[in-house]
Amino acid sequence: MAYSFPEEVLEYVFSFINSDKDRNAVSLVCKSWYEIERWCRRRIFIGNCYAVTPGIMVRRFPEIRSVEIKGKPHFADFNLVPEGWGGYVYPWVVAMSRAYPWLEEIRLKRMVVSDECLELISKSFKNFKVLVMSSCEGFSTDGLASIVANCRNLKELDLRESEVEDLSGHWLSHFPDTCTSLVSLNIACLASEVSFSALERLVSRCPNLKSLQLNRAVPLEKLPNLLRGAPQLVELGTGAYSAELRPELLSNLFDAFTVCKELKGLSGFWDVVPAYLPAIYPVCNGLTSLNLSYATIQSPDISKLISQCQNLERLWVLDYIEDSGLDILATCCKNLEELRVFPSDPYGVEQNVALTEQGLVSVSEGCPKLQSVLYFCRRMSNAALVTIARNRPNLIRFRLCIIEARATDYLTLEPLDAGFGAIVENCRELRRLSLSGLLTDRVFEYIGKHAKKLEMLSIAFAGDGDLGLHHVLSGCESLRKLEIRDSPFGDKALLANAAKLETMRSLWMSSCSVSYGACKLLGQRLPRLNVEVIDERGTPESRPESCPIEKLYIYRTVAGPRFDTPGFIWTMDEEGNTPLGIA
Amino acid sequence: MGTPGLGLEITELRLGLPCMGGKSKAAEKKRAFWEIDGEEDGSSSTTTEEKTQKVESGGKGSGNQVVVGWPPVCSYRRKNSFNGREKGSKTYVKVSMDGAPILRKIDLGPFGEYSELTRALQKLFHSFDHSEKLKDAENNEYVTIYEDKDGDWMLVGDVPWEMFTESCKRLRIMKNADAKGIGLHV
Repeated sequence: MAYSFPEEVLEYVFSFINSDKDRNAVSLVCKSWYEIERWCRRRIFIGNCYAVTPGIMVRRFPEIRSVEIKGKPHFADFNLVPEGWGGYVYPWVVAMSRAYPWLEEIRLKRMVVSDECLELISKSFKNFKVLVMSSCEGFSTDGLASIVANCRNLKELDLRESEVEDLSGHWLSHFPDTCTSLVSLNIACLASEVSFSALERLVSRCPNLKSLQLNRAVPLEKLPNLLRGAPQLVELGTGAYSAELRPELLSNLFDAFTVCKELKGLSGFWDVVPAYLPAIYPVCNGLTSLNLSYATIQSPDISKLISQCQNLERLWVLDYIEDSGLDILATCCKNLEELRVFPSDPYGVEQNVALTEQGLVSVSEGCPKLQSVLYFCRRMSNAALVTIARNRPNLIRFRLCIIEARATDYLTLEPLDAGFGAIVENCRELRRLSLSGLLTDRVFEYIGKHAKKLEMLSIAFAGDGDLGLHHVLSGCESLRKLEIRDSPFGDKALLANAAKLETMRSLWMSSCSVSYGACKLLGQRLPRLNVEVIDERGTPESRPESCPIEKLYIYRTVAGPRFDTPGFIWTMDEEGNTPLGIA
Repeated sequence: MGTPGLGLEITELRLGLPCMGGKSKAAEKKRAFWEIDGEEDGSSSTTTEEKTQKVESGGKGSGNQVVVGWPPVCSYRRKNSFNGREKGSKTYVKVSMDGAPILRKIDLGPFGEYSELTRALQKLFHSFDHSEKLKDAENNEYVTIYEDKDGDWMLVGDVPWEMFTESCKRLRIMKNADAKGIGLHV
């Protein structure tokens, strides 16, 4: 067979192709392209750790340098996934330790990582550089000590929002004195004090350090020296932002910030004392990202700050900002792309802040580049949603949480179908949507009809029956992830759209009306899916088949059924027999 | 000597056939070693209907505490916000366990929810688990109670976590048999 280009040339061309989608497409052209491509792929993303096995991965791609793996379903963040569900990274690390001696990067999300695992990582990969663990758990500061002690070329250690067993802060002192390679360090989730002098020395000897997120235990007094040791910082997460009022500390801090000419992102601000906020004024104009979502400061202070951050592209804030602060945001920050407003008192019964739908409407009017929204509030109207939709047809992510479940339009007392309908109809590029409030099947009709680019949909306490789910499954062509809780969706819609499930990454349904019998049927019909029934009441075989199950997680996979399911998960098997599961 | 059945994890292996008919009562019991109802990782016995009723009977203006995971604030955020208490302040309480001669102390501060307390308690008393075997699980189940500000003994898990930490003065892990004796139905 004559080819125009020799392998080396093709490989060179492929080295410019980095997106997974494109790489996957390249590998489908012909057998020889598949071969060449698999040998030169360096980076792999595994959106569901149970969709494929480590063995399959290492067999197909022998030269990987960077791996990203995700484990638990998103609703695990809200305690809907029982303890012990799975998502263990250990088998992956074992396989990679044998197959990829030159592995450089591991990025994990919602996975269970043990200290043994971290030690294995630290000893297996001589050129290991990047470890990012987002919302992971199962390890302690001892595991961190192994990593920092053994990984001589460590560039990034980012613990994001992981749950770490914090034995002591001593692990940080395990960084060898010769370590100068650090580019990013995020320890914000740790509670224990680390040795300040070790931290200071580490920071000042790493000339490439760009991102530093401290933990709450680092007091404000220590910040000026740290900053002076790293004036090249691009991202900073402060520790506790409080101290007794001392003018010399304020001016010291102010001077230190003045030196940080590259600073673009600020976060932290734990326990913030407003009197110290002016210290950051020197950097406000350069800020593109500001995370005040742990700062319990009130609207006037927030507004004063924001009005100086004219170049802000991303703002995370508590609802203390109130409508008045959002008005100021809308006026001052014309480059705003992403806004997240978190609730200061989500479990309280009364409204504690003057934040309503109006704040979001203002921002949608004033900020032409706004594309990503996460908004917690206590009331909403269809009119407001329609206005927002018309103002911002360029929205890509829209996640609205009206705190009271099934809340109506507060003006008309109607469901919010029309409002969300307007969102999907106007925002043609919408990729992610989270619904709340009182919603009937109508809203799902709109979603199925218009949301053609929608990839992820989150539903809670919504809909009237199967028809709603049917609209979504049959209409949303780009749907990859669907998660539903406490909604009256059942068997009919699932069975009628069974084939759709193979085109998606995963489906989560909890406290819905899906029967055990339907699950068995789905397992039979769709061998390339894992249909996992999660039920803490004991085996579903002990109840009638028509009985609804507690939780259901369905995902496509080439790995077959899991071997590591806990006692409360049953995988429906292809023969329709007594399901696999350790019972 | 060691009390069997201690330290049961939710991932335990169970011997025996899947539950049929008469065993459904056993199946109703939660796998968690300690029966803490209202634990944030889902109460096992409420059906969709019951949960819906809870929300509806709450009505406008009543708290959402009975609904697990709603509003959808992620656990990291929940743990690091919403406590009036200063982070770092220690809230140690004594923990006694029936059969264990020595009491322990545990800091409630770092936890954000009941499941974390359960796990920590299991770890704390792990050394009493001499048996790998899981027989007589029913007879050896324990229940966790606490003494509140008024001096009353209450079942752990009834109230929202924050309310619990404010009022809990000490903990006791009591044998289920004793609990039944005093009329505590779990």
